[in-house]
Amino acid sequence: MKNCEYQQIDPQALPTPTPTPPPHHGNDMEKKKEPRRPRRKWEVFPGKNRFYCDGRIIVARQSGVLPLTLGLILVTSGLFFIFDCPFLVKHLTSFIPVIGGVLFVFVLITLLQTSFTDPGILPRATPDEAADIEKQIDNTGNTSYRPPPRTKEVLINQQVVKLKYCFTCKMFRPPRTSHCSLCDNCVERFDHHCPWVGNCVGKRNYRFFYTFIVSLSFLTAFIFGCVTTHLALRAQGGKGLVFALQESPGSAVELVICFFSVWSILGLSGFHTYLVASNLTTNEDVSTQNIGINGGTSSPHNLNIRIFLCHFSMIDRRGFLPADESAQTGSADIELPTLAAKSEINVCTQGTKGLLESAALSPLLSTSCPQGKPQNAHSCPETSPALNSDPTSEFSKGCRGNQTSSSHGDTSRPRHTKARSKKCRREALHIPNPAFDVPVSPTSPDAAPDSKARSHKGGSLTPLQ
Amino acid sequence: FPQFHNLQELRHSASLANKVFIQRDYSEGTTCKFQTKFPSELESRIERTLFEDTVKTLNNYYAEAEKIGGQSYLEGCLACATAYLIFLCMETRYEKVLKKIAKYIQEQNEKIYAPRGLLITDPIERGMRVIEISIYEDRGSSGSSSGSSSVSGSTAR
Repeated sequence: MKNCEYQQIDPQALPTPTPTPPPHHGNDMEKKKEPRRPRRKWEVFPGKNRFYCDGRIIVARQSGVLPLTLGLILVTSGLFFIFDCPFLVKHLTSFIPVIGGVLFVFVLITLLQTSFTDPGILPRATPDEAADIEKQIDNTGNTSYRPPPRTKEVLINQQVVKLKYCFTCKMFRPPRTSHCSLCDNCVERFDHHCPWVGNCVGKRNYRFFYTFIVSLSFLTAFIFGCVTTHLALRAQGGKGLVFALQESPGSAVELVICFFSVWSILGLSGFHTYLVASNLTTNEDVSTQNIGINGGTSSPHNLNIRIFLCHFSMIDRRGFLPADESAQTGSADIELPTLAAKSEINVCTQGTKGLLESAALSPLLSTSCPQGKPQNAHSCPETSPALNSDPTSEFSKGCRGNQTSSSHGDTSRPRHTKARSKKCRREALHIPNPAFDVPVSPTSPDAAPDSKARSHKGGSLTPLQ
Repeated sequence: FPQFHNLQELRHSASLANKVFIQRDYSEGTTCKFQTKFPSELESRIERTLFEDTVKTLNNYYAEAEKIGGQSYLEGCLACATAYLIFLCMETRYEKVLKKIAKYIQEQNEKIYAPRGLLITDPIERGMRVIEISIYEDRGSSGSSSGSSSVSGSTAR
């Protein structure tokens, strides 16, 4: 580091980028109090998420079958309250609608929380960080422009673990982190992408997800039991089941829905209870690679029970842009890059030592040679299938892999196999083949994060008010 | 937050020279801990002990946040029983510690790092992956910016 003379930075004039008190998990964004129109960070978020309520709600790009899930729950519960409750209140006890109501509310709330919260998305590496990482890798003798998928070995609790490099997010993924192609984000402690809730399930929303499936299994079982009791009571006295069904047609619908869902949901709850107890994620359970880190250890430091404690309610400014930079650069940054941003693609992806000098000595908005861009655009697609095959396979193993495992019948958990194969069959219908997404994802977000990255550079210095 | 204006101009007078990234230390598991190894780029800028103190304090804060004890169990059970709606009113312990960390980093920046031409970025803004330390250098042209008096005051040394 050259010993240049430097002026003392006035700490008052150079406020540190401390986040203001983070709001609760629903509200992820902060608004900059500026007279010009402030842009919230979610507007330039590079992943494939969608945001509602001015950034308070985050969902994946495809909502999957969330409307179906909601519809089923609402319809079944509605029919229950309309058809079964009056009869049962009269003949049994009035606690039944109370219990049903509580369970129903619980299920709805946790479902919405699972769908609309950030599962633990890791913000992409800033260009400086990416350059720093590239520099370190280059130093180890790798001279090709686009090296093959890189791994870094670290020692975790005296165990050697390979950290994979994520080419989309330009960083080495921390342990137990995986990249979801559907959402185009790296998610911490990635469990799986659940189309039923239309979101990834990861570190931050796993407890919502778990509470959701457990309470849903209680609700389904409860409704199933009540409907059976109802029909049995009605059919008493020799009247027959058909008569009972005719009198209460809604119960027939409920019976069918509940009968088919209760097994799969109970199975899923049991499976996830097993995962929690053995400190695994679905992803790890299916893939054979990561089992070493945490699977099976009962050390209190690694207990999966932690996910239910306040520990993982990390509300942070993940992937967010300080509104002052966005306001300054104008609305052109939202969509695919303007000329200035295009030139930064070169800055971002050069990956040579020269990058640091050019980035450091000139303002980040300076343009580099445009001919770098075609090179980048060219190199991206040819490497992406190879590179993203890893994240694709990782995440897809979470669900689709189960298809193969269940069809080969080599799992030792028949109950969850049936549940998961059922779920996965339905999911297969709704998830488009991620392989189609894969070539697209590296190229398009490459532009977007750089416009965002420019602001990130400023973001490290500006107050996040 | 008025300082924001000054920052834009300040960047003209004190340019960003380099950034150092302190990586995570996974030797004791996956809990949040950063390496205390002193990076060579900072050798001429700050004393080793000061740097190590900062990182060690940060590590202690994170350990405190992630500690599981009676209070966290209670909080967890209460949260589960209310379908996690309790967090609309209450702040979790982790968030409280994160606030403390932010304050600590700001204080460190003001007292120790900014006077040496350095700036620490809160790791939470980098996804808890790295501690980013920006190294600033004077461009050599003081007062070139059309900045406010505070800027010219700081550069007129």
